[in-house]
Amino acid sequence: MPFITVALLIGIAFAIILLKKNMIKMVMGIGIMESAVNLFLITIGYREDGIAPIFTNAPEGVDMVLPTVQALTLTNIVIGVATTALMISMIMIIYKKYGTLNSDKMRRLKE
Amino acid sequence: MSLLLDNMPALLIAVSLFGAFLIPIFGRFLPKIRDPWVILVSFLASLIAVINAVTVFTKGTVVYVFGAAAGSSAASIDSGGLPFRIIFTIDGFGAFMLLSAAIVSFAVILYLVSSQKERSGKSEFYALYLLLTAGIFGMVSTGDMFNFFVFLEINSLAAAALVSYHRNGGIAVEGALKYLIVNTVGGLMVLLSIGLLYAQYDSLNMAVIASQMTWTTLNIVALVLFITALAMKAGTVPFHYATPDAYSVAPSGITALMVVASQAGLYGLFRILFTVYGGALNTVTVGWVIIILGILSMVIGVTMALPQKDVKRLLAYHAVSQTGYMLLGVGVALAVLGDPVALSAYGQTAMEGGLFHIINHALYKGLLFLAVGAVIYRTGVWNLNKLGGLGHNMKWTMIFFLIGALAIAGIPPFNGFASKLMIYESVFAFNPILSVIAMIVSILTLASFMKVFHSVFMGPKLPEFENVKEVPKLMIAGMVILTIFVIGFGLVPDLVVDSIVTPAADALLNQGSYIAAVLGGVL
Repeated sequence: MPFITVALLIGIAFAIILLKKNMIKMVMGIGIMESAVNLFLITIGYREDGIAPIFTNAPEGVDMVLPTVQALTLTNIVIGVATTALMISMIMIIYKKYGTLNSDKMRRLKE
Repeated sequence: MSLLLDNMPALLIAVSLFGAFLIPIFGRFLPKIRDPWVILVSFLASLIAVINAVTVFTKGTVVYVFGAAAGSSAASIDSGGLPFRIIFTIDGFGAFMLLSAAIVSFAVILYLVSSQKERSGKSEFYALYLLLTAGIFGMVSTGDMFNFFVFLEINSLAAAALVSYHRNGGIAVEGALKYLIVNTVGGLMVLLSIGLLYAQYDSLNMAVIASQMTWTTLNIVALVLFITALAMKAGTVPFHYATPDAYSVAPSGITALMVVASQAGLYGLFRILFTVYGGALNTVTVGWVIIILGILSMVIGVTMALPQKDVKRLLAYHAVSQTGYMLLGVGVALAVLGDPVALSAYGQTAMEGGLFHIINHALYKGLLFLAVGAVIYRTGVWNLNKLGGLGHNMKWTMIFFLIGALAIAGIPPFNGFASKLMIYESVFAFNPILSVIAMIVSILTLASFMKVFHSVFMGPKLPEFENVKEVPKLMIAGMVILTIFVIGFGLVPDLVVDSIVTPAADALLNQGSYIAAVLGGVL
């Protein structure tokens, strides 16, 4: 079930990035894709009835969820913040200079 | 001293990062020593990269385990035989890429310190530059999948920020935004496929995954994602639209380093194909996919370059085209990987030609971008139709540009000839048509560069460029370093191939030795 959600979210994100003209919406699409990947990573580490992976005083015979993927997710969230911040600040500059957010009207490079 | 030598792989990253984060402090309180500091840090980082590379070429693959006592094996005893620590694995191919990044990054920083003198916001600019270097060094030396992703993101973020540094009326930001979006989507796809592999093999270590790799549907999905994402980073067709946009608006020195940054993506692609998947691949199919990508990049890149008027955009399309040669050479080797006779007959040579072309391209394309940057630095004009007659006043720049142009067109005795000849010969044995296409592209490249050379440097002096002077000495020094290597590699190609290219090709072709170097006798 979570995997279907992941696939669906990635599909939606791709559609947004490819089809939307508004650059803010494209950044939001990338945000959705990032969440989808994070969800995927957390899901593959999930164990039914698992407990937090802390070995001190851990009860015997109980499954633990995988800690590695959680570390990966945490790192990816931090990277995602940096990327989003950089993209949004670039869009701010473009808006100041061009007066538009429409990606079709960003054609100064081609002239 | 031995403590330093034992921890060389870690210093590779540490020196650049430490140096980078001190720059803003120096810029704030001691602006005078900032520029020497930047050159010093870059020199140290390059020196360490060269030392690492030499160690690898003389003593074999270096495996460095972070947070463990020096010399301990990747899999510690209490982990039950699974290496769970972050490791750096520098084999022949990694060392080869380290060399190319080290040479270019040091040459470029000399050039930048001089060409950025009158610009504002230099502290952050140099800090980002060193971060980009750290990202490239990290990508080519890590032995851990997730670590590779982190360095890939450092690389993309630093490169995008540098591209947009001189806003230039918003144009630079536009190019940078496209580059960043493409790279972020690519990065997330890499992470997704890393997740797919982790779910199956419970490990992020490349060697562990490689030792258990099979050809299943899930792995094919992961491979397709990897190829797509890393082709995006390397800027090949069909993802070539972002590359020229970003290259043409970035500060010239930065573009030279971004060529290397893109090649780190190419490194990732070859590493995944040969080392992680290796024998488990359906080599003929995947090999042909790579060959077709290469041919398309070559042809589309060069045909798009011909009509360009913006000189840096033209060079950027040639970068796409040259990437095609590397993919062609390595793709042929991959296609015959399962056939030992063909592999030793021409596959090995194709591989070596493709890899040799990586370092050659980094050198001469770096040189060309620096020379063109020198012209723009003095004239402020990008348009080929408005430039002309600069050969009278900028003799050194003209000579450097000419050497770079002849090298990229594959004229002896420069380095481009050596690697292209290896590619032609071996690809001809595999499929003559592919080789003919490669030669035609090479002729078109020559035609295009003669046009640029003629319109920028030849002809009578134009009145508006009457008082143009030669660029400062440090900028020339940066170009001289690259020129020495361009000519040197062209004069003694056998020596270079034997000492650095063959180990790199062997490291990729021999998957077992990589796994054995990391895991030892544990599994």
